[in-house]
Amino acid sequence: MPTRQRAFLILASLVLLAALSFGFALTVGSFKVSYSEVFASLLGREGAGGDVVLQLRLPRAIAGFACGGLLALAGALMQVLLRNPLADPYVLGISGGAGVGATFAILIGLPVLGIDGLAFAGALGAMFIVFGLAHGDGSWTQTRLLLTGVIVAAGCGALVALMLAIAEEHKLRGMLFWLMGDLGQSAQWWPAVLALAVALTLSIPFARELNLLSRGMMQAQALGVAVDRLRYAIYLLASLATAASVTTAGSIGFVGLVVPHLVRLATGNDQRLLLPASVLAGGSLLVLADTLARTIIAPQQLPVGVLTALIGVPVFLFLLSRQPK
Amino acid sequence: MSRPLLETRQLCVTVGNKVIIDRLDLNLAAGERLAILGRNGAGKSTLLSTLAGLRKPAAGTVLFAGDDAAGLHPRQSALRRAWLGQFQNDPFGSTVLETTLTGRHPHLGRWDWETSRDAALARDALSAVGLRGMEDRQIHTLSGGERQRLAIATLLTQEAPLYLLDEPLSHLDLNHQMAVLELFAGTARNEGAGVVMVLHDPALAHRFSDRALLVHGDGQTEIGPVDDILTAATLSELYGYGLRQIEDRGHRCFIPE
Repeated sequence: MPTRQRAFLILASLVLLAALSFGFALTVGSFKVSYSEVFASLLGREGAGGDVVLQLRLPRAIAGFACGGLLALAGALMQVLLRNPLADPYVLGISGGAGVGATFAILIGLPVLGIDGLAFAGALGAMFIVFGLAHGDGSWTQTRLLLTGVIVAAGCGALVALMLAIAEEHKLRGMLFWLMGDLGQSAQWWPAVLALAVALTLSIPFARELNLLSRGMMQAQALGVAVDRLRYAIYLLASLATAASVTTAGSIGFVGLVVPHLVRLATGNDQRLLLPASVLAGGSLLVLADTLARTIIAPQQLPVGVLTALIGVPVFLFLLSRQPK
Repeated sequence: MSRPLLETRQLCVTVGNKVIIDRLDLNLAAGERLAILGRNGAGKSTLLSTLAGLRKPAAGTVLFAGDDAAGLHPRQSALRRAWLGQFQNDPFGSTVLETTLTGRHPHLGRWDWETSRDAALARDALSAVGLRGMEDRQIHTLSGGERQRLAIATLLTQEAPLYLLDEPLSHLDLNHQMAVLELFAGTARNEGAGVVMVLHDPALAHRFSDRALLVHGDGQTEIGPVDDILTAATLSELYGYGLRQIEDRGHRCFIPE
């Protein structure tokens, strides 16, 4: 168990990592901007690269950081809620629901705002369907919740496949980029930032109770946790965090699964440290990955979800193989 | 304290449509030890978790020190009773000391971190169950018996006046079985703790309890001082298997026919 000082030290170094990732994101790109120019434009002074930094790169980096943080936080919360290390933000069908909403919006030719709106509506729809079905008999167990989520996700996947099949040729690319996760399409960065601030503020005070919940529902209740209320709250919070991220940037994979595991491996499973550390690490990772995604084969852009998956798969397999028996 | 640590009034417990406890009135005073015996599946664990306030009774009430358990916040309940469940697996890693410190949760405020005093309490509890020196071990490397003793150490760290123990001897070797029973006997004697334990060995129940509650599984229960109720006749009927009773230096022993 980390002491309070050690927790602060770890968080401080992760803040530094986040700052570095922003520095990288603001300076690198097909249009070269030096560090001094970046600082000048951030301080409001006019410069050659000012517009590129302030209008294009900074909003995108902020949106990326918020989405990465939201996904990592939601992943950590889902893993506690389901007591399953393999859970991620998408396991309960939230991204599937958003995917159905977004592809449908693209199919009928709605503008960006419409796509975002339907994606969010789809995410909320999936959340309520899973909750309603899993809660139906009042048992609301982890297995039932997990199975319901997986089935709803599978159903959403089928609907998305159907819409891909009947979509006109020129709409396919937009749909695919959305489904793979892409920060280039994010219209607004502030909803994700707001969601991240709210989710973190609401979950941190319950971190020690989450520690107990990860050890089992009965044990947690016996030790003084109001288990039912806490579980509803985490489900709602993790779902909304996922919905906010998916609406902003599509379903970016692996951040929500791998980042909590990486942090857990480095710092242990104390949620008081794990939650904020996951947010910082997840945000930084996504900013770095997105910067790579738009520079590797510039001026072509890759969807960032492809990169996070390409980085995430080997890292996760490595972690899994070295997990103690 | 004059109010009993644990009290039930007309308590009914059901599983599905099956009534396992029918209108049970029970009182447990400070320093008293009660053993619960019954066949597999008779509902002993269900009864114990109901007594712990973790499961809603079908009817009747459970009271901790005079207050209805249903009306207490889980944290309040956690300060009045400690509950030992049957062994569970942990999906995430954790050290022995971290696990022991979870017992301090009801004593800590929302923003508090465990202090050195909490750590000292946890280390004392680990000493009491013979796990001193294993503080930094990962819990999944422990044996079943060590895991069980760790759960008991966590319980001690909780510092509640009432212990509800579901098969506290499972996975333990003979030496540790006696050590654990002596430990709770000492807590009851010296600190006035109340102890309710589900046991499978009537001889140990006779030796380490004041009273015994026999759960027949069909709603019927019998309760009484161990000398009166733990006899070859009642136990043969309870388990559905003939038993012979042998006395040796004040201890009772039961041998299957």
